[in-house]
Amino acid sequence: MTNRILLVEDEANILEAITFILSRAGMEVRSHGNGATALEEVKRYAPDLIVLDVMLPNRSGLDILRDLRSDPATEALPVVMLTAKGQAKDRDTALGLGADAYLTKPFSNSEMLEILKHILAERGTGVKGGGAG
Amino acid sequence: MLSFDGLVAVAVLYVAGLFGVAFWAEKRAGEGKARWLQSPVTYTLSLSIYTTAWTFYGAVGSAARSGLEFITIYLGPTLVFIGWFWILRKLVRIGRTQRITSIADMISSRYGKSGGLAAIVTILMVIGATPYIALQMQSVTLSFSAFVSPNSGREMDDALMAIWVAGGLALFTIVFGTRSLDVNERHPGLVSAIALEAVVKLFALIAVGVFVVWGMADGPMDMLERIEASPLATISSNGARWVGLTLLSGAAILCLPRMFQVLVVENSDERHLATAAWAFPFYMLLISIFVVPIAVIGLQEMPVGANPDLFVLTLPLSQGRDILALFVFLGGFSAATSMVIVAALALATMLSNHIIMPVWLRATRHDDPMSGDMRRVALMARRFSILGIMALGLAYYRLSGGTEALAAMGLIAFLGVAQVLPALAGGLFWRGATRLGAGAGILTGFAVWAWLLLLPNALADGALQDVLTLGPMGVQWLRPNSFLGTAGTDPLLTAMVLSLGLNTVVFIVVSLASFPSPLERLQGAQFVNVFDYTHAPSGWQAAQGTADDLLIMARRILGAGRAARLFGQAARAQGRDSDMPEPTPDFLERLERELAGSVGAATAHAMVGQITGGAGVSVQDLLAVADETAQIMEYSSKLEAQSAELARTAARLREVNQKLTELSVQKDAFLSQISHELRTPMTSIRAFSEILMQSDGLDDAGRARFSKIIHDESRRLTRLLDDLLDLSVLENGHVTLNPSEVTLHTVLERALNATSALEESARLQIDCDLDVAADGWIYTDADRLSQVFINLISNAQKYCEADTPRLAIALRETPQFWEVEFADNGAGIPERQRGLIFEKFVRLDGTRPAQGAGLGLAISREIMQRLGGALDYVPSKPGAVFLVRLPKRAARAA
Repeated sequence: MTNRILLVEDEANILEAITFILSRAGMEVRSHGNGATALEEVKRYAPDLIVLDVMLPNRSGLDILRDLRSDPATEALPVVMLTAKGQAKDRDTALGLGADAYLTKPFSNSEMLEILKHILAERGTGVKGGGAG
Repeated sequence: MLSFDGLVAVAVLYVAGLFGVAFWAEKRAGEGKARWLQSPVTYTLSLSIYTTAWTFYGAVGSAARSGLEFITIYLGPTLVFIGWFWILRKLVRIGRTQRITSIADMISSRYGKSGGLAAIVTILMVIGATPYIALQMQSVTLSFSAFVSPNSGREMDDALMAIWVAGGLALFTIVFGTRSLDVNERHPGLVSAIALEAVVKLFALIAVGVFVVWGMADGPMDMLERIEASPLATISSNGARWVGLTLLSGAAILCLPRMFQVLVVENSDERHLATAAWAFPFYMLLISIFVVPIAVIGLQEMPVGANPDLFVLTLPLSQGRDILALFVFLGGFSAATSMVIVAALALATMLSNHIIMPVWLRATRHDDPMSGDMRRVALMARRFSILGIMALGLAYYRLSGGTEALAAMGLIAFLGVAQVLPALAGGLFWRGATRLGAGAGILTGFAVWAWLLLLPNALADGALQDVLTLGPMGVQWLRPNSFLGTAGTDPLLTAMVLSLGLNTVVFIVVSLASFPSPLERLQGAQFVNVFDYTHAPSGWQAAQGTADDLLIMARRILGAGRAARLFGQAARAQGRDSDMPEPTPDFLERLERELAGSVGAATAHAMVGQITGGAGVSVQDLLAVADETAQIMEYSSKLEAQSAELARTAARLREVNQKLTELSVQKDAFLSQISHELRTPMTSIRAFSEILMQSDGLDDAGRARFSKIIHDESRRLTRLLDDLLDLSVLENGHVTLNPSEVTLHTVLERALNATSALEESARLQIDCDLDVAADGWIYTDADRLSQVFINLISNAQKYCEADTPRLAIALRETPQFWEVEFADNGAGIPERQRGLIFEKFVRLDGTRPAQGAGLGLAISREIMQRLGGALDYVPSKPGAVFLVRLPKRAARAA
């Protein structure tokens, strides 16, 4: 079973890089560049995990995260936040709002991959999670 | 020979005559017709109460015993009167300006209106005067007995006689001394009576003298020879005693309560002093001129053992000159009665004002405040005081018994009252004198005087005898007759030097060591510098202040509410229906106190004084007020300045803090932005470089594409860093401009060439016909201006979202500026974002981040400001329109 990842990111180059990395790891990646419509995309696509940039056009990634956590349908959905701001308080805010992980740009590809795999495994939907049924 | 009853009848008739004169004078004064009463002659004659029965009879006795020493009693006052301009004038001036009622009041007023000091002086004066009054009673009874006892078989009861005399004098004093409470404490009836008595005693003594010189001796030449031959000529005078007694009598005339009464209180015109200055010494000269002849003839003609104190009376009697003797009797009677009357009046004023009334007020305050007729109480207090003083004198006379003891009392009493001299003189001439100093000095001198003179003379036979002869607790050097090792010296001189000396030293030392209260300070200034601010010696007005004026003033200082409450309370306390109290002294005092709490004592005193008729408001007052006000103002303006400074500083601090907070927020935002702008391309670079490093599953096309992304992002990073540095330099003003003369076309062409090389340039069509456009020389930094143009052109290239993007560049010349307009055909900048576009890191919503860091317009605007021009967004036209303006005056300016 392939994990479905929704990537919400407005920087085209970063989008391309992450998509490439995750696809190569066997995940199905859909990208979305607009913060305002990200929640609809979540409903439509029903991903196993969301990689969410903080600084998005039109709507902040933190706002989207808050909405996800307050909706029963998505409150348990794993979210990995991406940020280029790199300040401790941003990280605390994100984790406080219920993000599963927090990645500061620039990140190591393998590290990102490890984190995603780890989260997905914990949720029992990991790529290699056959044992979990 | 006159019978006893005849003598009594004459005395009673004489007293009745005095009553008549006094009544008549009071009546005339009431009608304002008694101008003669306010003449210098009456004033001078009233001063003659200095010569009492003690001097009337005793001077001859003293001459018979001690030679010319009696002259010292006149010498001191003569010196004081000759120097009237320095001391007496000041005393009188202060007395009228300060409404002084007695010597105790004088001392108390000078030292901050101290009630305690007034009480001390009053007690001292009563103690000093009581033996003196007793002395007068004795002289009257003695003169009676001189008349009667040798001739009539009738037994005369001395004691009963003394009681009658005392009672009569008390009645006279009460009738003419306490008819009403005059603010000025003047008594025209009484003064005219004692003036008449002065004439009687003078003529009586002169009559005896004339009789002695021409009737008993053979004229002046014979008299001189008799004097030469008499024992008086051989009596050598004691120089120290002369100086001491002269000083003592000089002090006494200033300090004796009765002298103060006639000298200061009863004075109606300061100019009378100038007359009295020679007339009074002349009076004393006349009254003493026949003393030595009478004494000499008395010693020669009278039997041995006859009392020299009565020579004046017994000489005419021995020659059968009954009428002359009767005249002398009346003279002595006058001397005694005038002294007793004035002394009793002066002492009663002090007793009632400084002891009885304060005690009565304190005692009744709680039960029934301010009720009853205060005037009635005050008058009753005086009347009872007069009776009390008479009773004291009488009691002392009866208890002391012997004539020797009484005769010695004159000088002792002088020294007692002289104890207030240091405080009085210090108060007149030394501003540094304080209440504590005055009180300590007076008490010290009084104690020494009482121990060394009063007790040994008054109570030598009584219970204290052992203590006095053996010393207290057996300490011999404390015995009065050998105090501090002064055994064998003249007791009077010793006591005088010790008591006045210690008094003065203590007064000065304590004054220097203590601080005066504000009122003391103020009063001190008014006393010492009385001539600086008072003018004509005209009558002193009673308080004329209206309650309305006072209320207006009180409102200003206390506030309307508090002032109204104060006045209302006072009005109710006075039993008035309205809210306006009478401006009574009590009320004024209270008001002054209330005001003093707000504006300081000197100011309050001066303000109340000004409204109530100028009493005591003087240059000195105003200076004191000015000092006080200046201090307060200086202090408050300092405070004001300080608080204004503090407020300014606080405002500045708040402002700076606000700015710092904003700057801090801006800095955080800026750092955050920079972090974002730097990390974003670095993320791509890192991610793709790691992909390239792993390189599995990657074809050449992919590898080439990723390499290009890495390359582009690296360039983006470089650009960003360049822009940041550029902006930093521009913002800090550290930019170095390299101006030169160029044409606008040259610069614009350079920019167009630079932008055409960019890959985005292909999309945008630029409409700019330099062949027809206006052109001109400008003096500017061509590279920087070109940078602005490039920014604007590349913005249009990047952000113009029209299907066929076009940019129109127009050059215009206005009177002051060269204008270059860049207008694209896009949607323009949304209104809400127009204010932000020149801020750092601002990108419009919807623009692609990769296109720039958002520093271009910020940098361009900074550059235009450095070049003296401006860069603005033009909102009125369709599309995004930017206008660059360059000042023309910059052209060729160099």
